[in-house]
Amino acid sequence: MTQQFVAAEIGETAKLLADDPFWLILIKVVAIFAFLVVMTLFMINWERKVVGRMQQRPGPNRVGPNGWLQSLADGLKLAFKEDIRPVLADKWVFFLAPVISCIPAFLAFSVIPLAGEVSLFGEQTALQLVDLPVGVLVVLACSSIGVYGIVLSGWASGSPYPLLSSLRAAAQVISYEIAMGLSIVAVIMFTGSMSTGDIVGAQATTVLGFAPGWFGLLLFPSFAIYVVSMVGETNRAPFDLPEAESELVGGFHTEYSSLKFALFFLAEYVNMVTVSALATTLFLGGYHAPWSGEFMNTGWWGLLWFVIKTLSFLFLFIWLRGTLPRLRYDQFMKLGWKVLVPTSLVWIMAVAVIRTGAIQQLSTAQRLIALGVVVGLVLLVSFLLPDKKVQDTKGVPLAGSGFPVPPLDLVVPKAAPKRKVKVANIPADKAAVTTGKEAE
Amino acid sequence: MSLLTFLAQQQPEPVQRVVDTVTTGEAITFWVLGPLALAGALGMLFARNAVHSALWLVVTMLSLGVLYMVQQAPFLGFVQIIVYTGAIMMLFLFVLMMVGRDSSDSVVEVIRGQRLAAALLGIGFAVILVGSVGRALTGVDARGLAEANTTNGGNVGNIGQKLFTDYLFAFELTSALLITAALGAMILAFVGRDGKPSKKTQKELVEERFQSGKRVGSLPGPGVFATANSVATPALLPDGSVAEESLFDVIEATDKATLSGDVADVAGTGHQPDSHALKGSES
Repeated sequence: MTQQFVAAEIGETAKLLADDPFWLILIKVVAIFAFLVVMTLFMINWERKVVGRMQQRPGPNRVGPNGWLQSLADGLKLAFKEDIRPVLADKWVFFLAPVISCIPAFLAFSVIPLAGEVSLFGEQTALQLVDLPVGVLVVLACSSIGVYGIVLSGWASGSPYPLLSSLRAAAQVISYEIAMGLSIVAVIMFTGSMSTGDIVGAQATTVLGFAPGWFGLLLFPSFAIYVVSMVGETNRAPFDLPEAESELVGGFHTEYSSLKFALFFLAEYVNMVTVSALATTLFLGGYHAPWSGEFMNTGWWGLLWFVIKTLSFLFLFIWLRGTLPRLRYDQFMKLGWKVLVPTSLVWIMAVAVIRTGAIQQLSTAQRLIALGVVVGLVLLVSFLLPDKKVQDTKGVPLAGSGFPVPPLDLVVPKAAPKRKVKVANIPADKAAVTTGKEAE
Repeated sequence: MSLLTFLAQQQPEPVQRVVDTVTTGEAITFWVLGPLALAGALGMLFARNAVHSALWLVVTMLSLGVLYMVQQAPFLGFVQIIVYTGAIMMLFLFVLMMVGRDSSDSVVEVIRGQRLAAALLGIGFAVILVGSVGRALTGVDARGLAEANTTNGGNVGNIGQKLFTDYLFAFELTSALLITAALGAMILAFVGRDGKPSKKTQKELVEERFQSGKRVGSLPGPGVFATANSVATPALLPDGSVAEESLFDVIEATDKATLSGDVADVAGTGHQPDSHALKGSES
């Protein structure tokens, strides 16, 4: 990249990062990789423990202190297991698929700001690998490449269940990526930039004097849509249709074993961490404390806030899994295309109008007129809609419906005296049904 | 080459070009990704398997995306990856997987003169392509995007402004075309329910089952007692009588001798397995 490009219209974070020496970049790369792997090991254990508590059982508690090393032991065990490739599998694609799903998962985390300006070995830098002017798009691009791993693994396995799973995954991720992209648009409109560093910087304000100026509060509909679509995007319960155990055995990874299977597992959990981190960045003020000012809000403190916020999203993932049943496929698609996408579009229109009003600096009278017009339109549309027929669902007609309804003057009869046991009236030598004693 | 020189002659004179805008990093990226993109294109053409063809095309698209990024167009690069690689090629793969992994190209000419027309159109397209690329190489002044990327809201802001002012008509026309195509696809794929009764909902099915007056629940299973758990044992009703429905018709009609082995097992008087037996009993 040329020098002009680096010096292009960019924020504070990018300027801080521009003069990073090579060794510092290398340290950051290794640190991010280590962070994600450790988070994966931690998440697997945490998930099993929390879901266990939700189901009144202890969860893993044998390996290591309080069972916290269980996932590490499982990972080591997986590495030493036999690697099986089915006869019908497509050799190269079968091998490539887990790699394709794993690499973008790690790559996406490079644009996430973990903390603001810190001093690392005497260098002033930001805890972030790169700050591109199109940072948010990097995450979207990585997630769209990551799906190839799932889709190709299902196809390459050469067996029907994985193929069905990969068809589901392809349709699901495309649908939910649209909803996710639309939910991000409102944030970009408010910030005027797609760089993750700038988006975090734009949230370092307060509204109404006390509340943090996070986009999760200011643009709540966007936030809600993002949270729903991030669960859909990562194939997690209740949207885990590609690997629905009760329908598709294991889904796309049914035929995978050993390290390749471990890679799929790793990619899924890293993707979870990444979308949670992006949610933190876009909607919960990133590495900023919930209050403004210097107190516990500068330098390395940012990392603490960032991790706390990300972990709360990850807890949400676990909570959802422990609570909700899986959606049926058509209901899931209906939710994406008929609820999330149209709501997003309407909301973006509203945000655009509000932003234009704010930029044009309309007078109070003009704003009130605009508000009145909008309310009038909504009222008009709501009057034009036909009323839904109210059906009495509780009542059952006493006669003529065919339902077994007891009569209103029902008198409960007294209990009948005990009768003698009546056995089927079949000649004893012919009957196949016996008490079992005849054989003696 | 003659076409190129011809086109070069058409220009009044080569405009002075910015020579030294290619940095070392950019050159290395180009020489790595250029051959890769070309290999992807060739692989797409020559791969036997349709899914492999699609994957080779993905390689080409990814390489192009990265090349855009290197050439100061980060937005275009990532949009290339998200839209083309992420959505369009994914739909291609979706269709290919639906078709089946072993389907190969059909060599039957469906439309008369299809190959001739395809060859002519292909050559025509190649001429246009070579012409415009040649013109771009010889006649157009390379300016770089440094100015567009730094002023007036940067790269993305400038693209948006151009799209919604100068190129608004083309933009709207493209979207109308895409919507028409999508509608057409929906109409082609739509299987109407004309004449056929619509599928019953779960609620309708339940009401129908209750109103039929027949048995609503499932049939009772066979009886399980301390002495017997064979399917030939009837379940007992609360008053001690035999529940006739719990017995399978076939068992009633079976000869007693056929079931004697089972009966003996249930009674505990049959063959006892010894330590060499692989089976519990020989019947």
